[in-house]
Amino acid sequence: MGERLTGRSNRRQFLAAAGGAALALTVRPASATPAAMTLAIRKVAGESEIKPGKVKIDMPPLVENGNAVTMTVSVDSPMTAADHVKSIHVFTERNPQPNVIDVSLGPRAGRASITTRIRLADTQKITAIAQLSDGSFWSDSIEVIITLGACLEDNLI
Amino acid sequence: MNPRALRLRPALILAIASAAAFAVALARAEIPLEQRRSSYADMSRDNKAMQDDDTSNPGMLSVLDGEALWSEKAGAANRACADCHGDAKSGMKGVAARHPAFDARLGRPVNLDQRINICRSERQQAAPFALESKDMLAMSAFVAHQSRGEPIAPPDDPRLAPHREAGRAQYNARQGQLNLSCGQCHDDNWGKSLAGNTVPQAHPTGYPIYRLEWQSLGSLQRRLRNCMIGMRAETYPYGALEYVNMELYLMWRARGMKLETPGVRP
Amino acid sequence: MARTLINVPAKAKRGEIIAIKTLISHTMETGFRHTNLGVRIPRDIIDTLICTYNGEEIFRTRLHPAIAANPFVTFHTVATESGTIGFRWTGDKGFSATASAKITVE
Repeated sequence: MGERLTGRSNRRQFLAAAGGAALALTVRPASATPAAMTLAIRKVAGESEIKPGKVKIDMPPLVENGNAVTMTVSVDSPMTAADHVKSIHVFTERNPQPNVIDVSLGPRAGRASITTRIRLADTQKITAIAQLSDGSFWSDSIEVIITLGACLEDNLI
Repeated sequence: MNPRALRLRPALILAIASAAAFAVALARAEIPLEQRRSSYADMSRDNKAMQDDDTSNPGMLSVLDGEALWSEKAGAANRACADCHGDAKSGMKGVAARHPAFDARLGRPVNLDQRINICRSERQQAAPFALESKDMLAMSAFVAHQSRGEPIAPPDDPRLAPHREAGRAQYNARQGQLNLSCGQCHDDNWGKSLAGNTVPQAHPTGYPIYRLEWQSLGSLQRRLRNCMIGMRAETYPYGALEYVNMELYLMWRARGMKLETPGVRP
Repeated sequence: MARTLINVPAKAKRGEIIAIKTLISHTMETGFRHTNLGVRIPRDIIDTLICTYNGEEIFRTRLHPAIAANPFVTFHTVATESGTIGFRWTGDKGFSATASAKITVE
């Protein structure tokens, strides 16, 4: 969604735009890194151990458009007062920032499973972690490949 | 949003160009009626589910906006669509399937959006909706939604014939810096891949569509414009007769296929 | 005013786990995009969705710019009693929208 140059733009504006375009070609846009994702995860989990298991991310491995990718995260839990999921958090490695969604829930949910649609700027790893009522953290990760579409709008402008 | 789009562009252009060279050798043939399919069929399981479930289909938000507009009084006539047409469920059923249609007073075919705007200016004495605006798309989506499941039924009107033929000629004419015609992709190479996309047959069954690429609803004319940009061809302003002629041809090409509005497409 | 679409079953058995689907119109402008003139488009997102069941909070989520335009969120709850399930979205630039759905529990 860019503003188009109009016939009334002056030369200076045009040069500014042209310079911007050249920059966009040579400099990688800012994006999170695996380290930024790890940091974001540590902000949630602190020093606690995060064990693989219990959590399951359901996403297609190959996606044709990263603007809206359906994602389901479910956690294997009886969801009772004594044993339930307290929160679910999703992170990405290479979006402009690592956080995607944070969910608070409790035994009244009955089932620890959420679905949403997320943006993926590029092929990357997605990680979900869940905190249980006993304080333990569990996780799952998945690699999603974004295929490059040919039929983009305004791809020359 | 995808930075790789920039880096891979030269390779992509080569791929398109070689696909074009390949297509030259083939004779142009219309798709046999029984082989036609909506590009819904080419979508992933998740995208199909997004369209199928009304609570999940973002296009339904616009349909609801259109429903509100339908009964909202507007213009100097202080009249709502519903005041003349009543319940859209019965009154508007099949209308989208019959457009574009010939407007005798204008002496040219008009598409559904233009038909809505004629109603606005003449019956409601209100300002027409700007083409491709939120309200235009909402009203268009609401009216077309009443035809969901209805077969596309182009009017048997001899006055439309020259326009449909002009649309057909345009569809088959090579254009743009890539020197491609619509038919080279959508008749000759449908079902194959163009980078990450499956080349669709290009039947206008779901318009206005919610396109993930746009992150919003858009009209068939926006999609045509999008393809022309892809061919590096000159585009027309929204509402141009050239686009309406192409719509006429595309609707005829898709005759009998069922409308899905609001469709979801990648 | 944002348009919302909610799917809550009208009837449920007591103790049954029901699925709740929510959809709301919003561009979810990330704050990371620029115009062709290099001007950054400011962030404008919905950042919170809270769901209540007869007034009591049962679900809360924080959304980030990585959530797709027109946010779609589905989750579950146990049908405990008849009443109202309420939804409230809030976000940047003072954004606020509400919706509710009735449920009969037998």
